[in-house]
Amino acid sequence: MNNVLGFPILSLIIFLPLIGAIPIMLLVPKHKFELIRWLSAITTFVTFLVSLILIINFDTTTHQMQFVERHSWIPSIGVQYFLGIDGISILLILLTTMITFIAVLSSWHAIEERLKEFHVSILILEVGMLGAFMALDFIFFYVFWEVMLVPMYFIIGIWGGPRKLYSAIKFFLYTLMGSVFMLIAILALFFVYHHYTGVYTFDILKYMELNFPYNVQWWVFLAFFLGFAVKVPMFPFHTWLPDAHVEAPTAGSVILAGILLKMGTYGFVRFSLTITPDAAQAFVPFIVTLSLIAIIYAGLVCLAQKDMKKLIAYSSVSHMGFITLGTFTFNPQGIEGALLQMINHGLSSAALFLIVGLIYERRHTRMISEFGGLAKIMPVYAVLFAVAIMSSIGLPGLNGFIGEFLVLLGTFKVSYVWALLAATGIVIGAAYSLWLYQRVMFGKLENPENMHLSDLNLREKWTLIPLVILMFWIGLYPKPFLNTMHASVNNIVQRVNPGYTPGLESFKVEAREIPSVGELPAGHIPIDGPGIPVATVQQQGH
Amino acid sequence: MINYAWLIPLFPTIAAIINGLFGRKYMRHHYSDYIATGAVMTSFLISLVIFFEVVSGSTLNVNYWDWIVSGDLHVSFGFLIDPLTAIMLLVVTGISSLVHLYSIGYMHDDDGYYRFFTYLSMFTVSMLILIMGNNYLLMFFGWEGVGLCSYLLIGFWFEKKSAGDAAKKAFVVNRVGDLGFVLGLFLLISQLGTLDYEQVFQLAPIHLTTGVATAITLLLFVGATAKSAQIPLYTWLPDAMEGPTPVSALIHAATMVTAGVYMVARSHVIYSMSPTTMEIVAVVGAITALFAATIAIAQNDIKRIVAYSTVSQLGYMFMGLGLGAYTAGVYHLFTHAFFKACLFLGCGSVIHALSGEQDIRRMGGLFPHIKLTAITFLIAALANAGIFPFAGFFSKDEILWAAFSGGHYVIWGIGATAAFCSAFYMFRLYFVAFTGESRVDHHVAHHIHESPSVMTGPLVLLAFLAATVGALALPPGNGFIHHFLGNVFGHHEHNVTGIAAEFFHKFSALVTGEPTAHGHLLEYFMMLVSLAIALSGIGLAYLMYYKKVEALNPEVLAVRFRLIYRAFLNKYWVDELYDFLFVNPIKRAGQGLWDFDGKIIDGTVNGVSRLTLIKGEITNFLDKYVVDGTVNGLAIFVDFKSRILRRTQTGDVQNYALVMLFGVVFVMGIYYFY
Repeated sequence: MNNVLGFPILSLIIFLPLIGAIPIMLLVPKHKFELIRWLSAITTFVTFLVSLILIINFDTTTHQMQFVERHSWIPSIGVQYFLGIDGISILLILLTTMITFIAVLSSWHAIEERLKEFHVSILILEVGMLGAFMALDFIFFYVFWEVMLVPMYFIIGIWGGPRKLYSAIKFFLYTLMGSVFMLIAILALFFVYHHYTGVYTFDILKYMELNFPYNVQWWVFLAFFLGFAVKVPMFPFHTWLPDAHVEAPTAGSVILAGILLKMGTYGFVRFSLTITPDAAQAFVPFIVTLSLIAIIYAGLVCLAQKDMKKLIAYSSVSHMGFITLGTFTFNPQGIEGALLQMINHGLSSAALFLIVGLIYERRHTRMISEFGGLAKIMPVYAVLFAVAIMSSIGLPGLNGFIGEFLVLLGTFKVSYVWALLAATGIVIGAAYSLWLYQRVMFGKLENPENMHLSDLNLREKWTLIPLVILMFWIGLYPKPFLNTMHASVNNIVQRVNPGYTPGLESFKVEAREIPSVGELPAGHIPIDGPGIPVATVQQQGH
Repeated sequence: MINYAWLIPLFPTIAAIINGLFGRKYMRHHYSDYIATGAVMTSFLISLVIFFEVVSGSTLNVNYWDWIVSGDLHVSFGFLIDPLTAIMLLVVTGISSLVHLYSIGYMHDDDGYYRFFTYLSMFTVSMLILIMGNNYLLMFFGWEGVGLCSYLLIGFWFEKKSAGDAAKKAFVVNRVGDLGFVLGLFLLISQLGTLDYEQVFQLAPIHLTTGVATAITLLLFVGATAKSAQIPLYTWLPDAMEGPTPVSALIHAATMVTAGVYMVARSHVIYSMSPTTMEIVAVVGAITALFAATIAIAQNDIKRIVAYSTVSQLGYMFMGLGLGAYTAGVYHLFTHAFFKACLFLGCGSVIHALSGEQDIRRMGGLFPHIKLTAITFLIAALANAGIFPFAGFFSKDEILWAAFSGGHYVIWGIGATAAFCSAFYMFRLYFVAFTGESRVDHHVAHHIHESPSVMTGPLVLLAFLAATVGALALPPGNGFIHHFLGNVFGHHEHNVTGIAAEFFHKFSALVTGEPTAHGHLLEYFMMLVSLAIALSGIGLAYLMYYKKVEALNPEVLAVRFRLIYRAFLNKYWVDELYDFLFVNPIKRAGQGLWDFDGKIIDGTVNGVSRLTLIKGEITNFLDKYVVDGTVNGLAIFVDFKSRILRRTQTGDVQNYALVMLFGVVFVMGIYYFY
């Protein structure tokens, strides 16, 4: 655990957007639209470029945290300024910096109202997302986690569609409710950790090294689950997502689908599997059931959608089901597939929301029935749309296939039935995606309002082309991407599924024996039954 | 040259990229055809050279780069060239070249000219990867790639709703097949840890039990039934005729639909391990052959007849594979590619001549107007009907012989009946369309013209091949093709078994006075039998549609055997059945779940929030009237106040942290907002 670069690169990346946001907020007059746009675009682009330094210097051979920065912050309760990245987070960070830049580009002309506040929101949102992916101190993580919520709330609530307030509040309260449970779990860990070691710390890596008692793990897992499941969102906590997407402006949808949803699955991989491995084992049937329901249920619901954004929102729920499914297979293929699928879904859903946004800017409607035959007059748009659709349904040669294949393979090694059920989701996925494409792009150009739609201009093309290039790159040569994960994923597999050996019968369903954590110090409450300290904390939270 | 095999897919790739990126802006009707056609012809020439190298004994198996590496899974991107691939290469690049050439004429006035050639090149690349890949995942890569191109080309004229529907149907039905295929791959990986052909075929006989081999092969076969249009997943292929006719020739006759046959042949090591699967493959093939042939009898759309004929012929191929006659199955693939491509391109030429007319009832008497098309069509039809010495005769007969000599009389019977139907529908089509009186719409009649030589050239070449490639199988069971493919499938003598064979041996021994150990005499006899069957099919068509014998008036027969005729005409109502069983319930389920989502799940969420609001109202009410009202005495107030304060001073750090965090968030929010 060190920092090969010798300077605080992670802090630089996190706070670069803030450095850009401050002059926009304080110095630039409200009406200088072009200046604000350019400042915002340059800031996000520079952040992206700087984040590329990480991948260039990234050591793929170790699961240790890299580029680590650690400073004491509130020593009395062990809060630290502690940042670091590994194979789990590196790609998500690059995705974040790239998608944010694209989101800024995409809102060039789409946002004309309160432009300054909009770009400041996006930049602060980026700070929150980057911080959450890099934080290795739970307090820090939690702060960044909540920081994300506020700008997103404003993005939906101010620049959204007709029902923006309802959707924004729903988004805010729902995710806040989830994160309150997460906070409780964090505090529980904090006290239990102190209970056993006498040390007050929020150091995530320290938590990963301690084998918490099973009942503590159980409650903590459940609380984390509520926090993450809302964010993913998993069935049945998903209903905020279609509303939020439908109302959010394009840039908001792009960031929401592209990155914010990944927070939940990132949380599962980073925390649930490593801090509460035994409980994670116990919860496998539960999570898998919800994932399979999400895959099939949300896929079927997509067939009934009339609004393009709603359709893509539900398809996100379905795709996120694959990610949670892969995560809880506890074998390298499943988890690597899930991690890659996070990136893939980030690319394809961002592309799809951009595509819907482009047509919305032209026609101010997203109803599928309003369109038809657009391929005739928008050939470039048609091609890019087709690539995004094909990426989304997992066509070999494009990124989605590699992720889905690995997830399904990992699943298959655990249970044939799960794999079969999940794979039916792929058939449904093809059906709703192609039907969407057919209804929008194929057929006769009949609606007079569509007759004079213009094809994409240069800026619009370049919001999509980087995504398309990455889709092909990951599809044809995923090795560099998978390489970044191997060490970290193997480490997690060892942690959560220590009996894992490559091969068919590798999966141990029964939970590990609960490891002892040493003699209890005298005078402390003994922990048995569904954890007393945890339960106490929970009651206080209500 | 064989070491440069990667050049074969490279040329069409470059062509696809150039046409795809620059076609619309810079080329439109110029150059995109030259680029695409030139590229695929170069590939064909390389394939030809490599073919002869393979004939003289070279093979190639090389990995170029790691494709997917994760955990214990290791899949490379690499090519394998052996006799099976070499012969497929000839078919794919050869037919593709001719179809490219033909399309220059056929698609000339189309707005999407460059787009068409881009898709054709993309298709060729995918198909080449499918047959050249050295592992199952690469096969799947090509498998899906051709599926995509098929989707794009069926939907080429996307302004027609039927074209869009057909394209989507083709893709989704193939996805159902892929489901099986992928699960088969997973089972292979989990059992053998690899997808590399060489390793799989080495390990499979050692490590797989018969049961597992059956499971793997059946799952893979599900994929094949979709891609190669077999029962129960064949329904997309007839609809696929919405695509331009050159596409039907290339993709839906000669190459893509044979991918399933190639897959089974490639996996013959595993397939041979499971008698159950072999039986199922043979039976599915035989039933499909007959089923589709009967449907073809009643169709009136010239392309649909040929499409059902394709389904039927593919059934023969699977029949051969399932009987263990891999060479015969692949050989039929080879000959079928030529005569069926010729038939489809011939259809295209007819449609071209008649300004788009596809209904054979509005044709008739075309022979004198488009002689070259008619003659080539006739040759291909004879090959399809299985008439000596045209190519189809040898390959089809070998499959039937495999059934008969193996004692599978029921399968042989089905195959023979289908052969009769094939001959009948082919010549029904021929007589109705090309002979007799013209029923052509008189507006169209003026314009009937032979196609340009860029279109008839490929027809002539294909007809020539359809007439001659049968020679590769001479002498029967011991020809070039048997030796060549025997390198892959193993050289084994057909042992003639079964009651009929025994009876025949005894009979021939009685007649000739000497016992014959080998079945050659019987084989020649059975050749005559199948020739007779085919000729009688042609004869019946001749009487019904050329001579128009009153006793065999088709319309009267259609009325008399109404139920059978309606079943044939409506394709046994399979599409309706699938709509009823799968499509509509799934759509309804989507709608139902959508309602459930809105009313129940989201309703619960909103209900909870409403409850919270109501609770807030009640608290507010209590605060205002009850609490405020009762807080009169200072003592009570102090007591109350201290109680609240005491609660905040618990000394619990978590409470402080909680409050602090919310404070931070709140303050940030306020600062930020104002």
